[in-house]
Amino acid sequence: MAAKKGNRGGGGDAEEELTRVPLQAVLLADSFATLFRPITLERPKVLIPLVNAPMIDYTLAWLESAGVEEVFVFCAAHSRQVIDYLKNSKWIDQPNFTVTTIESHNSTSAGDALRIIYERHVIHGDFVLVAGDTVSNMSLTDALKEHKERRRKDSNAVMTMVIKQSKPSAVTRQSRLGTEELFMAIDPDTKQLLYYEDKADVRKGMISLEKELLFDNSSISLHNDKQDCYIDICSQEVLSLFTDNFDYQHLRRHFVKGLLLDDIMGYKIFTHEIHSSYAARVDNYRSYATISKDIIQRWTYPLVPDIQFFGNCATKLERQGKYRASDVVLSRSAQIGPFTVIGNGTKIGNYSEVSNSVIGEGCLIGSNVSIDGCYIWDNVTIEDGCKLKHAIACDGVIIKSGAVLEAGVVLSFKVIIGQEFVVPAYSKVSLLEQPLKQDSDEELEYADNSSGNIEFTSIYDEPERLEEKLRTELSNSQVQATSEVGDGGVGFIWSVSEGGHEDEWRHSVAPIPADKLVEIIKSATEELELSNQDGNILPPSGELGPDSVDNDSDEDARDDSAHFNKEVEATFIRAVEENHKEEHVILEVNSLRLSYNLTSSDCTGALFYAMMKYASDMPHGSSGELLKNVANVTAKWKKLLKYYLPSIDEEIEVILKFEEMCLEESTKELSPLFMQILNLLYNNDILQEEAILNWASEKEEADEADKHFLKQAEELIQWLKNASEEEEE
Amino acid sequence: MPEGHSPVNEFVNKLKKRNIEGSKATAKLTAELLRSFISQQRLPQHNQAAALIDAVKAVGEKFIAASPVELAVGNVVRRVLHIIREEDLSLTTDAVDGLSLSDESDNEDDVEQNDHPFLSASAVAAASRNALRPPSLQTLLEDAPHSEAAPHPSSSEGDSEGITKSADKNSTTRKLKHNVIEAVNEFIQEISTCHEQIAEQAIEHIHQNEVILTLGSSRTVLEFLCAAKEKKRSFRVFVAEGAPRFQGHSLAKELASRGLQTTVITDSAVFAMISRVNMVIVGAHAVMANGGVIAPVGLNMVALAAQRHAVPFVVLAGIHKLCPLYPHNPEVLLNELKSPSELLDFGEFSDCLDFGSGTGSPLLHVINPAFDYVQPNLVSLFITDTGGHNPSYMYRLIADYYSADDIVVRPKSAS
Repeated sequence: MAAKKGNRGGGGDAEEELTRVPLQAVLLADSFATLFRPITLERPKVLIPLVNAPMIDYTLAWLESAGVEEVFVFCAAHSRQVIDYLKNSKWIDQPNFTVTTIESHNSTSAGDALRIIYERHVIHGDFVLVAGDTVSNMSLTDALKEHKERRRKDSNAVMTMVIKQSKPSAVTRQSRLGTEELFMAIDPDTKQLLYYEDKADVRKGMISLEKELLFDNSSISLHNDKQDCYIDICSQEVLSLFTDNFDYQHLRRHFVKGLLLDDIMGYKIFTHEIHSSYAARVDNYRSYATISKDIIQRWTYPLVPDIQFFGNCATKLERQGKYRASDVVLSRSAQIGPFTVIGNGTKIGNYSEVSNSVIGEGCLIGSNVSIDGCYIWDNVTIEDGCKLKHAIACDGVIIKSGAVLEAGVVLSFKVIIGQEFVVPAYSKVSLLEQPLKQDSDEELEYADNSSGNIEFTSIYDEPERLEEKLRTELSNSQVQATSEVGDGGVGFIWSVSEGGHEDEWRHSVAPIPADKLVEIIKSATEELELSNQDGNILPPSGELGPDSVDNDSDEDARDDSAHFNKEVEATFIRAVEENHKEEHVILEVNSLRLSYNLTSSDCTGALFYAMMKYASDMPHGSSGELLKNVANVTAKWKKLLKYYLPSIDEEIEVILKFEEMCLEESTKELSPLFMQILNLLYNNDILQEEAILNWASEKEEADEADKHFLKQAEELIQWLKNASEEEEE
Repeated sequence: MPEGHSPVNEFVNKLKKRNIEGSKATAKLTAELLRSFISQQRLPQHNQAAALIDAVKAVGEKFIAASPVELAVGNVVRRVLHIIREEDLSLTTDAVDGLSLSDESDNEDDVEQNDHPFLSASAVAAASRNALRPPSLQTLLEDAPHSEAAPHPSSSEGDSEGITKSADKNSTTRKLKHNVIEAVNEFIQEISTCHEQIAEQAIEHIHQNEVILTLGSSRTVLEFLCAAKEKKRSFRVFVAEGAPRFQGHSLAKELASRGLQTTVITDSAVFAMISRVNMVIVGAHAVMANGGVIAPVGLNMVALAAQRHAVPFVVLAGIHKLCPLYPHNPEVLLNELKSPSELLDFGEFSDCLDFGSGTGSPLLHVINPAFDYVQPNLVSLFITDTGGHNPSYMYRLIADYYSADDIVVRPKSAS
């Protein structure tokens, strides 16, 4: 196998290091999210079965085969259940593979978890950081080797992130795992991660990059077709970084983005792309369904149901991807479709149809039942004539005859659905009532068990008490609950209106219905048109969206210079008010010029405009006073303006600008003073006679309307002409 | 685990995770593990052989269940069981006969075992096997009968139930285990030298200026071809690359580096090239009792092409690949579906595998079977380390290596 070869080929010093420090891994047995509610109120996410084996078994089996020797399992929510499970599993007494649990009751985020692990001083070298819901068959050898080699050269390379190609849907702008489209900028040569954005405003179809990114790197490649596998190879520094920055909570949103933005410490994150092997994380219901299907289609080989990679029961693979455990009782007329897994001891009755589904152990399925795309866990009873489509039914659920589960339904543990009851699409049914306390959106993301769970934390640790409470709760609320899920049913339907969940269809097990897709396409095209219309209000930099086509660029340029003018004006006024030195103003204006990518003649115009504007904005009674203001300003900032007038062309630009100003509404009062000011500028050596004459001769050919100011200035021009002639003589 | 045999568990784990590849390596590891397992066993005073057989069966079952598709594991387990039975039989007959053979008194001293390998029961069995080998034309002409190993009729006496009634227990107690381990050692030796044994026969099969075709890569085939090359035969080799793993590439490289004229072709070009080929020589994953072959995927196509053009189709198989099971047995797992990533790149096809739209059922199926089944009538000749055999003769050969009682290793309670 590749892993074996890699080990042998890896050889040399990398191997030496490996022998010195056993490879360690930190497994976060809590996702610190609420996407799997209500199931996660009763069972930790890592123990949720994925194709009839708990998720954590996949992760541990992979870690073991990848050569990890020591795993620290961090348990927060339902820690007792996780620890008990591991104690009774075979993971505890494996040779060359130790599993240690770390328990914490007050951790509310991955950041807290890593801080606690840091305090324990158990990590002695590079370690692998994964969540307990990762399914992968990748070999860590290459990634580790790369990481170590980079570390040797550059001690700031603290993390290597594993990525995999996966194209997002062009319509829904989400990946096949139901996560938002992810944008990454990667240096193609060094594979350094430069930019990471998983919450881009995709609906506008644009993302913004820092300009420095383009300045500092000779080349970057921007990807939207990479999937973050949430497998990180970290150096010890990562733990201390989390401790130093106590506000880091989320691994990606805070830590990765924090490191990318913080250029003081200079820590770097690199990426390692895997091609032939598989890696994905169960993040939401959609990824649960997708990864289940990937497992059934054997992308995760050898972690597939018919190989007993760990503790799962013997299953045989039949044609068309049908997996059947040994003790299945099938009616002769039952039809088992392709890509179906049927667990040990399950009975399926006459004329029932099952396709694209996973059915757990000890289930009883009656006759005439149709099951399509469902995930049915252990000991579920489905009575005759039920119809299930793209639903999840947890352990011990009873669905009474004739009931219908519509797409995307989730039935939590031991729910009973009454006869002929139709569970509406995307609803979640649980024996526990929906927590009433509303979390703020921000908190919801990572602070699962801090607030919303408080009412349940007391019962987490003792299953008996949970049972007890359930029973009392049930007897109290039986009447009410019955009505909720039909005749003889038990359970509460959770309302879908919870904050941010109106997009339920995006993350459910069910495929996105066709009408939603049509809706999205429609709104997307509308938005595209809209954004094309008012393209000029878009922020000017980093335009990368699909709508930035060529005809926009003109508009952009004008937009740019207007912006620039305003900036220069503000700079100038600030300079006047705070009495800056000329050099400072020049520096500022120059940097503005660079950032807007304009020429120095643009600066001259803008600066002149700013001066005149300033002068005309000063309090004045008559035009005489205005002229005086102008004279004062020009006298004071002569040097500044002169700096930007290296040649005749710029001077002409100034005159043209002045002309423009006189026509403008806000500075119209300057127009009667046109000649006087021109004269003033001439006298102050700002404008040379040549410039004025050139301007005049240019204007000679212009329209009559344009000659208004030429006429005004005629006297001056005439005088200048005479003067020059005299000189010649 | 109940017994706490960590090497056994480790091996089971490795098998489960498909960490061990190649039937030879697996067979050797299995045999070595069983040897150490047997040496660790504490045997009761009575009914030793039965106890040992039960213990080996229990472990063997675990091995087989761990990787049902690797038939070599089962073969080795059955072979070891057979060895135990044979040794036990020879001991009891010795006891009953009361040292009838003068030679065997030597053996009881337990010294210099290596100098007298053919005195042990398995050697006798091997000798009888040699006698059963159909005499090739060459041996007939040379008129060199196996004089040194006259077939001993001991095995035919095995029907009598004399397992427990041996009188002198003390001497046999240690002897059985010792003899078994000796015989297993010999067996391991056999497995590790099977390449050379087979390659020795190369000169008889490959002739000057012939064109040989092979598919994929097999260590046995490589050694076989190189042996012929070393004997100054000049011939050409066509190597079909063997999609999807393309092991043919590495074989071609190896052959070329050893100075053989090599041509690489795609698998699909086999039919076009077969008319120019004099002989097809391939390796196998397992040889079933009916003479059918479990072979790397693509070989059935080659066999059919060879039959169409009447080209001899020769299969090389070490003895550990002989499987006493029939392919129609539902207990036998003949194939394994590997990961689709060997065929196509997941990333490139990820948009076709998006279950978020449409009906939610995958539209793109990728099937990547590891093996083909080649019918016995398509095979012209098997070359094992004991010589060349007809497919129809395989069942007889297998009967020599395995005892009929062991064919079902799985205990009755499981069914």
